[in-house]
Amino acid sequence: MAVIKVTQENFENEVLKSDKPVLVDFNADWCGPCKMLAPTMDAIADERDDIKVVSINIDDEDELAEKYEVFSIPCVVVFKNGEEVNRSVGLRPRADIEGLLR
Amino acid sequence: MRYDILVIGAGPAGMTAAIYGRRANKTVLVLEAASYGGQIINAHKIENYPVAPHISGFDFATKLYEQAKELGAEFVFEKAVSIEDKGADKIVGTPSGSYEAGAVIIATGSDKRKLGIDREDELVGRGVSYCATCDGAFFRKKTVAVAGGTRTALEDALYLADIAEKVYLIHRLDKFRGAEADLERLKARDNVELLLNSEITKLNADKRLESIEVKAKDGTVQTVEVSGLFVAVGRVPENQNFAAVIDLDDKGYANAKEDCLTRTAGIFVAGDNRVKEVRQLVTAAADGAVAATAAVKYLNEKA
Repeated sequence: MAVIKVTQENFENEVLKSDKPVLVDFNADWCGPCKMLAPTMDAIADERDDIKVVSINIDDEDELAEKYEVFSIPCVVVFKNGEEVNRSVGLRPRADIEGLLR
Repeated sequence: MRYDILVIGAGPAGMTAAIYGRRANKTVLVLEAASYGGQIINAHKIENYPVAPHISGFDFATKLYEQAKELGAEFVFEKAVSIEDKGADKIVGTPSGSYEAGAVIIATGSDKRKLGIDREDELVGRGVSYCATCDGAFFRKKTVAVAGGTRTALEDALYLADIAEKVYLIHRLDKFRGAEADLERLKARDNVELLLNSEITKLNADKRLESIEVKAKDGTVQTVEVSGLFVAVGRVPENQNFAAVIDLDDKGYANAKEDCLTRTAGIFVAGDNRVKEVRQLVTAAADGAVAATAAVKYLNEKA
């Protein structure tokens, strides 16, 4: 499955109410490391159907970024059953990102 | 497989070296510990590189990477942890094995220097940052501090003064190295306060940074409430794994002149990890060309 673009409007349905764990990638167009991370997130989304991968643009969705206290991007937050369970900040290899799910 | 040239580091210096090596028809392997591009991927816009007046750091790095790959350079994403000199053969070790090459170019660049205080690592992304232009936008109308006396510290403080409600600039000394103009511009800002002869001794946080403890040389200690702390205390060259084959200066930079030669025949250094005056994209690329050309000459003379 492809990465789903999430906004304030569908955040609750796509992330908080998801029955699978969700990797939420907070990013922005001007952020180089975010662009470097994007292919990793795409690959995880394509290859794993046991989780959901979503992308949030922090410039468009500043309320979500503020609510979840994102102070540096790229920031990947793992949600399970509507709760944050883990997060990583900065450009990380795929193994680290998937490691957040453990 | 044995390569003619093994380049350590896929930043602008290393990838330029790979291009020059391939164009001289040598086999080239680039080892990179993180991702291609190096520091430059953090630059929102590059405006001082000849012929590319407005390019993002990401685009610059990606184009350079694609150019090197197209010419036949191979990339492996592993960290080089050692170099063993066996004369005609150089063995480069990684955590999972080793690679053999005729010549090695060390283009590892530098990494951010940390303050080295408790909880610093834990609070990265929760208030502590090393890149004002990357993370400044998250501190709109908030109070932040910049730590350091580097030119970057002054530039960061100026940049943040436009975004944040208040900016403290905290420096161990009472003098700044260079950038007098930036210092004057900072002093003219109402929302910037300089705390000189002072250092940060503690980070106070629950889930995220709430305040910092600042200790002055005269012994006074104060707690300053900040949401963000931007650390700009310089950079550390990443040569520490290679001291067996190259000479380092007291700050850890590789002692090599503009010719990029080291004390070991067949081992060269290129880019920010070398002793030099100007550390810019264009000088990194220049080093890559010089080092690769020297490596090619070395290999051809041996053959």
